[in-house]
Amino acid sequence: MNMLPDAEALCAKLVAELKPHIKPTTAMIGLYTGGAWLAQKLHPQLGLSTPLGLMDIAFYRDDYHKQGLHHDPKRTEIAFEVEGRDLLLVDDILYTGRTVRAAMNELFDYGRPASISLVVLADRGGRQLPICAQFCGTTVDVPEGRRLRMKRAETGRLRLEIDSE
Amino acid sequence: MNNPQLNAAGELQHLLSIEGLPRAILTQILDTAHSFVGVTEREVKKVPLLRGKSVFNLFFEPSTRTRTTFEIAAKRLSADVINLNIAASSQTKGESLLDTVANLSAMQADIFIVRHAASGAPYLIARNVKPHEHVVNAGDGRHAHPTQGLLDLYTIRHYKKDFTQLTVAIVGDILHSRVARSLIHGLTTLGAPEVRVIAPETLLPTGVESLGVKVFHDMKKGLAGADVIVMLRLQSERMRGALLPSAQEFNKNYGLSADKLSLAKPDAIVMHPGPMNRGVEIDSAVADGPHSVILPQVTFGIAVRMAVMSIIAGN
Repeated sequence: MNMLPDAEALCAKLVAELKPHIKPTTAMIGLYTGGAWLAQKLHPQLGLSTPLGLMDIAFYRDDYHKQGLHHDPKRTEIAFEVEGRDLLLVDDILYTGRTVRAAMNELFDYGRPASISLVVLADRGGRQLPICAQFCGTTVDVPEGRRLRMKRAETGRLRLEIDSE
Repeated sequence: MNNPQLNAAGELQHLLSIEGLPRAILTQILDTAHSFVGVTEREVKKVPLLRGKSVFNLFFEPSTRTRTTFEIAAKRLSADVINLNIAASSQTKGESLLDTVANLSAMQADIFIVRHAASGAPYLIARNVKPHEHVVNAGDGRHAHPTQGLLDLYTIRHYKKDFTQLTVAIVGDILHSRVARSLIHGLTTLGAPEVRVIAPETLLPTGVESLGVKVFHDMKKGLAGADVIVMLRLQSERMRGALLPSAQEFNKNYGLSADKLSLAKPDAIVMHPGPMNRGVEIDSAVADGPHSVILPQVTFGIAVRMAVMSIIAGN
């Protein structure tokens, strides 16, 4: 099996890459669950003036008519004006792009951001929509029928794992 | 046991009554409602979940508040809403309940919100709709009003966090109240240790103790140490039935005044499903006072109805 990169080292790399791009209007939003964990690591290291926003895209998913509301959605909490912000949208793994599509739709119900950039820990390919990450920790080749996941230990330490689907 | 509200996978297919719903489903509804409260606080109070779905408000009994809150909830889920005032149309022309529903089904309905004076009418409809159609009971006779019960539970959880330490007192016309029945079932399922009903003998159903409640006829004793007080509407039409001497007499014994409220816990909350009779079951000083959460109940009711519709329509 491939050795996966160390998630904590990837976080440090993302912080270094993001720092030169931080402006007074920059704000961060993490997507539940993995993206929120990652954003909780990155946000304190970037000196942003606004609190971290957390978003659950359950009400904007495109598979509701097939899957229904199968988990208990968390409440989206964005304690700043989205209007005019340069947003860093954070997720753990970028795959089909459907989660990011749903997140952008939800964001526009809060206001019109000046820009949205996507920050992910890992890109595993397999896109079904024209979406790409502006800040990406690593790319990972995932064998057919397997799934790349980011997990969090009780200590808060993040790690990447490949599971069977 | 075959529960007509659940599908083969044990998921909520129709909402007909809180009675018989497992704790996990009640909690799922309350948690989902919590997320929808966030949506209702935004500038754009709408999500796209039920785009393209049709919700039919079927009110065989008059209602303004419940019908309106269902309509707002469905619109905030992006559904199309059709309001039918049945009392004024087909039924008076002799059409049967199931024929009315079959016609609406032919108009591609997805969710029926049903209020009916006959207990069990929503069950009859639920047994006869197509698999993709869902029924929500918006009050049937004296039987159940599950979304009101759920919004009461949501309100209690919002202010008190945990059910397992609570003393809840429900006061007034328990006999005719579908609200009381739904709330009692919900509270016992969620583990509230003490649910009290406070009413004169004539306004209590026989065998009410079998629901797991403590009965009080003396309001002062019943309110002592209560965390939550739920006042019920005294239906003026009942006054003619010789169940009560007069509204003034009822107010003296069972109306919630500031004096009586002081017997409950200092941080007690006061609830009422509306519409209120000020000066009968509740004094204005209490209804408008710092313990009252009557208007937040209405706001939470929209989020709870959004949760119910989005859960059933997805199952």
